Amino acid sequence: MADKRAVTLNVNGKDYRITVEPRRTLADALRDDCGLTGTHIGCEHGVCGACTVLVDNRPVRSCLMFAVQAEGRNVRTVEGLANGEELHPLQKAFWEKHGLQCGFCTPGFLMLATGILEAEPDISDEDLRDVLSSNLCRCTGYQNIIKAVRAAASEMRACQPSASL
Amino acid sequence: MKPAPFEYVRPSSRAEAVAALATHGDDGKAIAGGQSLVAAMNFRLARPAVLVDLNGATDLDYLRPEGGKLRIGALTRHAAFHRPVVEGPLGVLLARVVRNIAHYPIRQRGTFTGSLAHADPASEWCLVSRTLGAEMVIANTGGERVCAAADFFRGTFTTAVGTEDLLAEARLPLLGPNWRSGFFEFSRRAGDFALAMSLAALEIEGGVIRAARLGVGGVADRPLRLEALEAQLVGQAPSAALFAGMGEAARDLITPTEDIHASADYRRDLIRTVVNRALTQAAS
Repeated sequence: MADKRAVTLNVNGKDYRITVEPRRTLADALRDDCGLTGTHIGCEHGVCGACTVLVDNRPVRSCLMFAVQAEGRNVRTVEGLANGEELHPLQKAFWEKHGLQCGFCTPGFLMLATGILEAEPDISDEDLRDVLSSNLCRCTGYQNIIKAVRAAASEMRACQPSASL
Repeated sequence: MKPAPFEYVRPSSRAEAVAALATHGDDGKAIAGGQSLVAAMNFRLARPAVLVDLNGATDLDYLRPEGGKLRIGALTRHAAFHRPVVEGPLGVLLARVVRNIAHYPIRQRGTFTGSLAHADPASEWCLVSRTLGAEMVIANTGGERVCAAADFFRGTFTTAVGTEDLLAEARLPLLGPNWRSGFFEFSRRAGDFALAMSLAALEIEGGVIRAARLGVGGVADRPLRLEALEAQLVGQAPSAALFAGMGEAARDLITPTEDIHASADYRRDLIRTVVNRALTQAAS
């Protein structure tokens, strides 16, 4: 048994001091040690994308990363999207376009879409479909997810004309 | 679905990483992106006792053309290649291929040399390296050696990298201005492993093929370079009939692997098609 070690995770701008074994995945650490259960765990081998979070603003599978590797990095989860009571444009669009049914895959899709739209606000529809193919929705609500992300992309472009790459 | 316990070390330089791998020998395992390794650890197919995390060794994070080669350090992520990384045909080729590697979030973390060291038979970067004749720089406490791609891939998940070695860098030859490339991969779903894929690079001058590189991946225990067919392409004018014939010749040359995903006969058929399409794209 490897010794536990103290790790500080910065999640959504807040520091969480946790004590974990090196084998603790970032996904498990977020849920069980930081109490941030918005990040969902599906397949645990990088296929389904339910656990997608942003690490230094890039979408990654948090089941394929260890919590110790995230020390000193900037982690963002679905809990950090809304501004108080005001939903993020992506969250609003998922609601309005019926982009979720059971909701299990939704946090992963939201973080994937946040990552790609912040990096490439003018992404083509074809490339967006390709990126969204990264995650699985077992309710098979893909068309409405694509519609929702497209709608949010327009709104985010309107709000942030000079998005950073 | 949780990994077995392991010790974690995080060297802060290439030299420290090499030293750590030497210290831990058979027990140690280097991790860069971890996009294949951590999945295997979660399944407990891999149970390294010590994980040597390269992510703190920032001197392995580089990507630059030098001396006619593109030097790719061990922390270069797949996503670095989304846009051409060098002017000329090689940057275009790599940007064309990278979109076929897994999915966007996997490409943010997975690394070029990590794919080579993992040596999955369906790896796109392994095919690129074998077909273009890459050189691999393998470091250990005794120094470093350069291994040609032809000697590097030894079989499924097996390479020339020993237990105390670090694959520190890969070098791809920069292609001259008259080279063009084509790549075609067949998989059942977006982001899935290739059932068959082909990479073609052609140097075309005055309507004639002056030099050719042709490889096939996902059909054997390692990427295959088809040098006999490359020789037949040289001196010919590109044409649909020529490329269709090459597809058939490739199909007849290769005895493909058979698995739950595809029979040997099915892969044979795919080889014919992917080779033809890669060559056709290269000449278009």
